[in-house]
Amino acid sequence: MGVSPAIEFQVVRKSFGGRTVLDDFSLEVRPGETVALIGRSGCGKTTALKLVNRLLEVDAGRVLVEGRDVAREDAIALRRKLGYVIQEGGLFPHWDVRSNVETVPRLLGWDEERRRRRSGEVLGMVSLPAEEFGGRRPRQLSGGQRQRVGVARALAADPPVLLMDEPFGALDPIARRALQREFLDWKRRLKKAVLLVTHDMREAFLLADRIAVMDRGRIRQAGTKADLVERPADDFVREFVSEAS
Amino acid sequence: MLVAVSTLLAAAVGIPLGIVLTRRPRLARPILGIAGVVQTIPSLALFGFLLPLPLIGGIGARTAIVALLVYAMLPVLRNTYAGILSVDPAISEAATGLGMTARQRLWWVELPLALPVVLAGVRIATVVSIGLATIAAAIGAGGLGVLIYRGIAIVDNRQILAGAVPAALLALAADGLLGWIERRQSRWRES
Repeated sequence: MGVSPAIEFQVVRKSFGGRTVLDDFSLEVRPGETVALIGRSGCGKTTALKLVNRLLEVDAGRVLVEGRDVAREDAIALRRKLGYVIQEGGLFPHWDVRSNVETVPRLLGWDEERRRRRSGEVLGMVSLPAEEFGGRRPRQLSGGQRQRVGVARALAADPPVLLMDEPFGALDPIARRALQREFLDWKRRLKKAVLLVTHDMREAFLLADRIAVMDRGRIRQAGTKADLVERPADDFVREFVSEAS
Repeated sequence: MLVAVSTLLAAAVGIPLGIVLTRRPRLARPILGIAGVVQTIPSLALFGFLLPLPLIGGIGARTAIVALLVYAMLPVLRNTYAGILSVDPAISEAATGLGMTARQRLWWVELPLALPVVLAGVRIATVVSIGLATIAAAIGAGGLGVLIYRGIAIVDNRQILAGAVPAALLALAADGLLGWIERRQSRWRES
């Protein structure tokens, strides 16, 4: 048996009220791989992401993280081992940058010295030196800087798996470019499994190893950039791909 | 004194109850509704209602504190409820998504962010209580209201003012003090 996937969706279905938002949804993210979920708003991509850290629960099917069914794990413990990056950072406005970054280490009960060392490390990695930025509040940062802090916070406890929900969506094009470039650099160094939600095909092509194009709760096609460009499964995928070029 | 005791009690009951309501949305509407209705009972009438009741009733300060508590609780309750609900849902969800328990989320994130609104509720409760406390003299609770009632009885404006002016000043002072605390607190949050 090989290494189990970092994340695996097995024929998942999810509905809200009477509306089915995910149906027959199967996908896997291998260790070290970045997979983008892409589609228009309301296609179910964020729902799929939230099923992984159990902010939502599946109606049918299973979601596995590192080979283990998330429904059988303690939700709190599970979330602490998954890095989570949210649109616009989702930072706690009443805490300074350092405290924000140290959130998960503190939840895990690390001692102060170890937390300090780690927050200094990850802040350095996202080019926000702790000596200069550690004491600032989120509102004293630019959008791009807040987003970096969000990434640093997700990386703080060194999780093997990262969930990123439109991480660069709210940024201006220049800041977004810069962060995307940095993402590729982090990715090369850290070798995390990443599930990335985006609505921007160009971003997906740039960042992801594989891309799953979604429409109304189903995956139309999942594959590499080359697969999608050269062998689009249908017109929907073709149209989506053409937007990026 | 009356005001301090009843406001503290109102905060002690109103804040936890407000928090509970945010967790039990179905209870929120009826309870806030009842609290709102109680608020509309004229204070003199409420004092009258409470007089014949055992334990909490009777002539004196205890009855007055109960009545003031009833009035002071609504602003505290409503502001706590509204304050916690006003916390950006994305922030609360971030807290959950990072692995906070419900209790950690409340103490670390929701309450600190709701604090200015909660404090504003306590401030309103205090000012309202000071005004109502003078009326409590009617049921023998003492305080500045005694002077006002005596003044009215003997048609002596000086005595009325001797009660009313300090009561008004007290309300302004309390309002100012709590406002100052509120501002200091929010400055600390922003620094």
